[in-house]
Amino acid sequence: MTADAVAVSPRPTTKGRAAPLTPGQRKARRRHSITGWLFITPFAVVFVVFLVAPLLYALYLSLFTKGLATGTTFTLFANYVKAFTDPQFLSGVWFVIRFSIVLIPVQMIVSLAAALVLDAVTTRFARFSRLMIFLPYAVPAVIGALMWGFLYSPSFGPLDQIFSLFGAHAPFLLDKDHVFGGLMNVVTWQWAGYYMIIIYAALQGIDPSLYEAAKIDGANAWQVATRIKIPLVTNALLLILVFALIGTLQFFSEPQVLRPIANGSITPDFTPNIYAYSQAFSYASFNYASAISFSLGIVVFICVYIFLFLTRKRGSFLS
Amino acid sequence: MKKSALIAAVSAIAMASLLAACTGGGGGTDTAKPTNCTNKITKTDAPVVSVWGWYPNMDKVVENFNSGHDDVQVCWTNAGQGGDEYDKFQTAVSAGKGAPDVVMLEADRVANFVIQGALVDISKYGVDAVKDNFSAGAWKDVSVGDAVYAAPVDGGPMAMIYRSDVFAKYGITTPPTTWAEYQEDAQKVKDAGGPLFGDLGANVPAVMMALEIQKGATPFEYDPTSPKDVTVKADDQDSKDVLDYWAGLVKNGLVGTQDQFTPDYISGVVGGDYATYISAAWAPGYLSGAGVGQGDDAGKFAVAPLPQWDAANPVSVNWGGSAFAVTSQAKDPKLAAEVALGIYADPASLKDGWENQIIFPLNQGVLKSDEFINAQVAFFNGQTANKDIYIPAENAYKGFTYSPFQAYYYAQLQEVLTKINGGEISGSDAATELQKALVAYAKDQGFTVKE
Repeated sequence: MTADAVAVSPRPTTKGRAAPLTPGQRKARRRHSITGWLFITPFAVVFVVFLVAPLLYALYLSLFTKGLATGTTFTLFANYVKAFTDPQFLSGVWFVIRFSIVLIPVQMIVSLAAALVLDAVTTRFARFSRLMIFLPYAVPAVIGALMWGFLYSPSFGPLDQIFSLFGAHAPFLLDKDHVFGGLMNVVTWQWAGYYMIIIYAALQGIDPSLYEAAKIDGANAWQVATRIKIPLVTNALLLILVFALIGTLQFFSEPQVLRPIANGSITPDFTPNIYAYSQAFSYASFNYASAISFSLGIVVFICVYIFLFLTRKRGSFLS
Repeated sequence: MKKSALIAAVSAIAMASLLAACTGGGGGTDTAKPTNCTNKITKTDAPVVSVWGWYPNMDKVVENFNSGHDDVQVCWTNAGQGGDEYDKFQTAVSAGKGAPDVVMLEADRVANFVIQGALVDISKYGVDAVKDNFSAGAWKDVSVGDAVYAAPVDGGPMAMIYRSDVFAKYGITTPPTTWAEYQEDAQKVKDAGGPLFGDLGANVPAVMMALEIQKGATPFEYDPTSPKDVTVKADDQDSKDVLDYWAGLVKNGLVGTQDQFTPDYISGVVGGDYATYISAAWAPGYLSGAGVGQGDDAGKFAVAPLPQWDAANPVSVNWGGSAFAVTSQAKDPKLAAEVALGIYADPASLKDGWENQIIFPLNQGVLKSDEFINAQVAFFNGQTANKDIYIPAENAYKGFTYSPFQAYYYAQLQEVLTKINGGEISGSDAATELQKALVAYAKDQGFTVKE
């Protein structure tokens, strides 16, 4: 932080713009800017090597088309035209949008409720509960998905055993009719703890004297929560929303891991990211896969932009 | 200020060296030997050839090869079974590096990789010496014209594996010989409150392709000598008939809709949930490897010839069976070809393979040996399955023509099978939808498509 300030600040404060610098001043200035660059270097190297370069390479790839029989040809934006008219890609996009619309409110309600309860209760049990609800986030997504695969399994899972007590068969939560809800359940618990911690931290930052004032005014616990706490953590909620929106539109790990046991309901074009993965690694269409990835990036950008535009007055952290 | 500059410089250097370390690991120099082998190489002076393969007894096969050779050693990796391995190999082919010297492939994938120039023609590297070990048909499956792209190991003649205890319980005295009888028996078992008769696994589309071909369908016509022309007929009447037949079985609740090779499916097979299993000769090995046919289930399985559409004119079909191909990324193709032709070709490995029913060997020496012909197979309760079922099936198999985009075909076939299993479409509509997708894809890939 200070290094940035150092790097940009050494503008000579002398009045005359054209006033010549002494050799010493010039040297000092150069040294300042070198120091600044050096401080930026570690981040810049990682940023360029692992983000900018792959992005540019993908963009480059997406401008070509490779057919098994034709070889590679330069086709400019043909892949993008194809993507945005490809029903498989569009149905994947529509799926993740629907998924976001349902999932994000559920996730927010769960994490907000948990944070409010944990903030209001201050026993040892609260600390234990806080850890427990955060724990699923500490489990890697792949492992979590595998565990859910076991829980859902019609032959091994506990679900079927519970249902069989009543002489019924449990629905297979990954079949075509239930996969939407089945995956939502997985993702909700995967992330609720993380979002809960963010909200909880924001709640801890509220000045307790506000609560006292509310109490004096006769507010009950419910009113404190809805009138004071929630309005004061709006920024955290908005942050979570943006995180969740971006994450859900790029939905990949959980359905990819559950695919082999989902009995075909998770298709190679289930979400745009899975579609890109299938195109690249099963059908060898790296060019089209790059175009799909970029198109998805465009969709994510538009969605997030619309969202931020709609909420621009209420939140302050991004405006 | 000097201090901060120093810190910045040091951290920048540290970061740079970290990055260098990251990239250094993967690349290596051309002369370096592969080091991440699953097996341990004891003859460290010999040149090393890297191999990908998934045979369940691959560790023994590799050891047999390495102890029998001083001039070359195999470095083996299991890169996944079937589709998993093909995805990895496909990525390595596209990347232009990272492929092994020798790769295990099923015959149906050869055309898909040959068109990408990913495999080496090994006909000049010692094929002649072992030519007589295999039938002409076995060579044809791995050849394009005069060029040979892989060394055959095993085949997959298909038959009907069934539970003799279920058949006995529901009074099926002779196994169904036609598909019409298969349906009647399935209905009989269902009406008596019995288990499912079979299973339509959407994730094994190669089985459906074989069953369509059995009725007379030719999904593809493809001559690699004119690589840009392909004929796609995934919706001919025979394909529609077979898909409609299975869709009917599903609709009437006669067969299951479970993906195969999954834990849920295996547990169903163990528990006797499926009276029959339409599968290949190598299946018992994989099933018993997963715990099927042991304990209470021991000796309850038997095998009968695949049901026919026309009992007077039986047709034999094939599922799987693998070969070893030399990849075009091999540094020393001649040496790699020696491995491809030599690995899983020694008597000890072959015997271990067929005794455990992991492979149905194509090696004529084994096929014609008394020991193999008269073997009483433990999984089938002492039945002489080779002599009675599998050898006649293999001898009658005429070979298939595969498409140069087999990976895409299977993915699409799997998708329509899933729809059939979900009761969403009829078999005929599935064939029409599949045909449309394949033609669009083939044109998109630059093929001249005939329908």
